[in-house]
Amino acid sequence: MADPMRIRAQAADGKATVRVLMAHEMETGQRKDAAGAVIPAWYIQEVTAQLNGKTVLTAQWGPSVAKNPFLQFNVKGAKAGDKIGISWVDNKGDKRSDEAVVT
Amino acid sequence: MQTRREMLSRSAQVAGMLAALGLLPNMAQAQATPYNTAAFEAKTMADLMKALGAGAPVESKDVTITGPDIAENGAVVPVGASTALPGVKRLLLMVEKNPAMLSAIFDISDAVEANIATRVKMGQSSNVFAVAMMSDGKVLYAAKEIKVTLGGCGG
Repeated sequence: MADPMRIRAQAADGKATVRVLMAHEMETGQRKDAAGAVIPAWYIQEVTAQLNGKTVLTAQWGPSVAKNPFLQFNVKGAKAGDKIGISWVDNKGDKRSDEAVVT
Repeated sequence: MQTRREMLSRSAQVAGMLAALGLLPNMAQAQATPYNTAAFEAKTMADLMKALGAGAPVESKDVTITGPDIAENGAVVPVGASTALPGVKRLLLMVEKNPAMLSAIFDISDAVEANIATRVKMGQSSNVFAVAMMSDGKVLYAAKEIKVTLGGCGG
């Protein structure tokens, strides 16, 4: 639904460094718009990272993660050609999944 | 009677769900930890630890919190949490003076290093905590003060 995530995964020394940039507003629910009405909270709640289909990292996020969230982590034992999958679910139930290949 | 638009959107939803199921186990049921709303609404360290089912945190040199000393833009503050200790179950990032302290929980499996970087919003200058919850029940943390020149919640 949203814009695609940018995922970069580079293998070095028996592990891969994965960097993900997700496109999401991450509204805290604290801001007000020009008319003074509160802009409702809208943020990614759950993130899952997979290596070749097996979940390696899950995260629960609150509204205080920054807009267009960035995430970086290192997966052990990943090598070039492995697939990294990242999925997220937000508090409205929207989902997004993207994949990248480790280089 | 379903309009064509509804039918299309319905099939897109089903396709999306199937794709999601294909990629990952159904998060609502298979995952051990459903979204912990109480933890994300906790306003004090004590409430937060209770919501997470954790004991009192102990400061530790083995946990590292990285971040800038001064963040020019409180809406995007890069922070990192890491520990070299084995047996980490979870890494948490918290901003003490935010309306709700907890920013993120990362469930660490054996396949990833306990080393996470992301960006958080900070409403004002505050201590930022990296907390490591270990598999033996210990809770260790490190704190860093990050000064913010422009608050991050748009207020």
